[in-house]
Amino acid sequence: MCGCGGSRSEEAVHAGGRTFSHWAGDPEGEEMRYAETGFNIEIDLSRGSIERVETDPRLTPLHLGGQGTAGKILWDRVPPEVDPFSPDNLLIFSTGILHGTPVPGANRTAVDTFSPQTNLYSHSLFGGFFGPELKHAGYDKIVIRGKAPDLVYVWIHNDKVEIRDATHLRGKGALETGALIKEELKESEVQVAAIGLAGENRVYMATIEHANSSASRGVGVIMGDKRLKAIAVRGTKDINIAHPAELFAKCSRQYRDIYDNPNCGDYLAHEDDEEWHVNNFAWGNARDRVKGYWTEEREKKWTEISNSVRKRWTGCYNCPKDCHQAISYPGRHTYFQKCYSKLTYAMAAYKELDFNYDILGLTQEYGLDGFSTPQVLAFAIELYEAGILTDQDMPGFPSDSGERFFWLVEKIARREGIGDTLANGVYAAARQIGKGAEAFDHNTMKKFEQVPLKLGTINYPYFLMYATGEKMNITQIEGSYPQIAIADKEERAAFVARWEAAPERFKKWYMEWEPRTHPSVEASVNIVDWNETMHYIDDAIGTCAFLSSFRGQFGGQPPYHIFNLPGFISDAVGIDLDEDELWRIARRNRNLIRAINVRRGLRRSDEAPPADHWKKREPEMETKLLDTYYEFKGWTNDGIPTKETLDDLDLGYVADDLVRRGILAESPDASPIAATTAAVQG
Amino acid sequence: MTADVTEAAVKNVIKEIKIDVDKCIGCRACEMACSAFHARPRFSSTNPARSRIRVVVDELNDEYVPVRATEYAKAECSGRHVYTINEKEYSECSFCGASCPSREYFREPDSGLPLKCDMCEEDPTLEEPWCVQVCRCDALTYVEREDDRPAEEEEKLGELELGLDSLVDRYGIQKLAETVARMSSKG
Repeated sequence: MCGCGGSRSEEAVHAGGRTFSHWAGDPEGEEMRYAETGFNIEIDLSRGSIERVETDPRLTPLHLGGQGTAGKILWDRVPPEVDPFSPDNLLIFSTGILHGTPVPGANRTAVDTFSPQTNLYSHSLFGGFFGPELKHAGYDKIVIRGKAPDLVYVWIHNDKVEIRDATHLRGKGALETGALIKEELKESEVQVAAIGLAGENRVYMATIEHANSSASRGVGVIMGDKRLKAIAVRGTKDINIAHPAELFAKCSRQYRDIYDNPNCGDYLAHEDDEEWHVNNFAWGNARDRVKGYWTEEREKKWTEISNSVRKRWTGCYNCPKDCHQAISYPGRHTYFQKCYSKLTYAMAAYKELDFNYDILGLTQEYGLDGFSTPQVLAFAIELYEAGILTDQDMPGFPSDSGERFFWLVEKIARREGIGDTLANGVYAAARQIGKGAEAFDHNTMKKFEQVPLKLGTINYPYFLMYATGEKMNITQIEGSYPQIAIADKEERAAFVARWEAAPERFKKWYMEWEPRTHPSVEASVNIVDWNETMHYIDDAIGTCAFLSSFRGQFGGQPPYHIFNLPGFISDAVGIDLDEDELWRIARRNRNLIRAINVRRGLRRSDEAPPADHWKKREPEMETKLLDTYYEFKGWTNDGIPTKETLDDLDLGYVADDLVRRGILAESPDASPIAATTAAVQG
Repeated sequence: MTADVTEAAVKNVIKEIKIDVDKCIGCRACEMACSAFHARPRFSSTNPARSRIRVVVDELNDEYVPVRATEYAKAECSGRHVYTINEKEYSECSFCGASCPSREYFREPDSGLPLKCDMCEEDPTLEEPWCVQVCRCDALTYVEREDDRPAEEEEKLGELELGLDSLVDRYGIQKLAETVARMSSKG
């Protein structure tokens, strides 16, 4: 099977509410585009066809790239009736618009599709080297439709793109697959993104693994459903920069600033003091907080374990931070550990750190998500102990919790026996098992496993972020506004004085914040708006949240923020941009993604964080918070973006579709929302 | 020649980029910066495939070796060493800076012409080559040391000569000369 080249001659494109056609020209007549390549690869695995399709340059100032332009494709081409397992579902790998430019830390590839677990939009990001390599191969995105008749991989080498047989890679580990493909192609510099056994078997917690990074939250299962084992990319083309000298000067300062900045990167990963994680996160099936677990003795022991298995700290493309550990655990292949996956299995199984390093070696090879999988495993153990699952369901189920985890992982990755049910995640498995299993599903929201946090009193901005976030995991929503108020007023004033990242209104609210009190409702909705806006920016331009959207909440000094990002983007892409316009683009992308989910049925009634996430809830205030947030966003009281909001964001065609489907009224009875335009300043 | 230059010729300054493979995090910022600096006009494009420094990476073997383009080699080595260092096996190629037919490194992706590190020579002189400047984790450090031995009258091949050299290998000097003559007569 081999296909190549070929431009689609005509394609209807919607932008700014207008429909028009554009011509996909021959490469000779191309107009110079900066930072982006202006081309996507469209692959239909059912037909075995490959096309190189020119993109509409008018979409760049509207959405930038990454998740933004992927959202546009999903909106245009995947109607809400399409089942995630239908060949018509698309799986999109997107570079961010800054990938491959000198801008440090722009390397996060966005993967967007629809998830069978939630039946909603699914979005995940992975770091490493894949996105920049894809751009150097001459493409901004890979758009995959259809299903291959049997396991295949895609090989992209500049203008040459092939669909190749991958049946010999069946069952191979995710990273091992990358190594085998490099060997087979005799190309050591290929970047590979691959699924493991879990993805092949359509496990809902399956990841896509690449180098030191992984994408999770429902994208690996679709790659497996499409019978796409891997994508291998090698690119040797130039990426052009609009204002080269200015950008390079800026970036060379930025390397220093990022490297020297202790408040960015994954600094927790470098700490052996795990007190914060083990004390604050819940153990087991998101059940208990174990107080007093952390001792000096344990810290010493864990430090020794980490030092003995760590080969090296590694970084992602063009970023001076080294957030990923290369781990060599006895009996396991070398793998990469990142983020808080260092503890998720250990805490879910009530085990020690060495157990976590051991099982990660296996789950990374299978391509299983380190956040949701441990919760599924702990949930199964609870069901067994409650007598809901029995020895009949689980013949030979061991007695030790660690051995149980390994036993379950094998079943789930292969979808064998009870593993076939558990592979659908906690929410669906609970309902399939029945017999009261639903009561043990206490930590999902919108049918998706949430971070295992069980806290005391409701937190207003966090209530809203959990409730309304489209990115399913709080870490993908929070991050710019500080989590806690500095008690000492002088210290706080000093913090605010150097807080370049914050628009003025947040400085005022932060100074007024009395510790142990809630921000006002108005402040809360603004905080949520800022937090999510920064993520929508990162996910369109490809910068890492650890340098930007996630890194304002402690220390307040993210290297990238709303005030300096427009300069980086303008110099790279050559479009005029200021902070208000960048904020507006993020709002446009946020509303487009919202509309995608609304069209698939998402409503206010779904926007409920797990009932026990906080012990003390405030139902009336929660109602008020949601009312106010929706109004602030320019949405109806049911969480649907209004026609005015969409029209104002050049998303008139989205509004028209929602009206046509009867989701939005032709003429809204509610008055247009005045508060929708949030100026960045003031 | 001025007296100063003669003085310098007596004390031969050797420019070195020291590579500490244990410190390399594999981010490849060195490749990006090198390709940007050598783009014409400067910084106008990026492309690690054009870089004169490459990080040889084998993730599963924990191998991260930045290597700088040195000489142009028209043929690949007939035999290679395999080094075992700290229980890791490295091919001799991992440390070799030659632009050679056995691999893609250090050749212009379009023309296939060889690339060679010039230590970012520029007027005014940079404090450090760009790869070193962006390597914040100090896997690359720049050192100048004086060698008492007088500098040999080294024939330094410029970029053009280097390219021509490889074209001679590919097409033969006769054919190359004829082609150049034909092209110049066309004006």
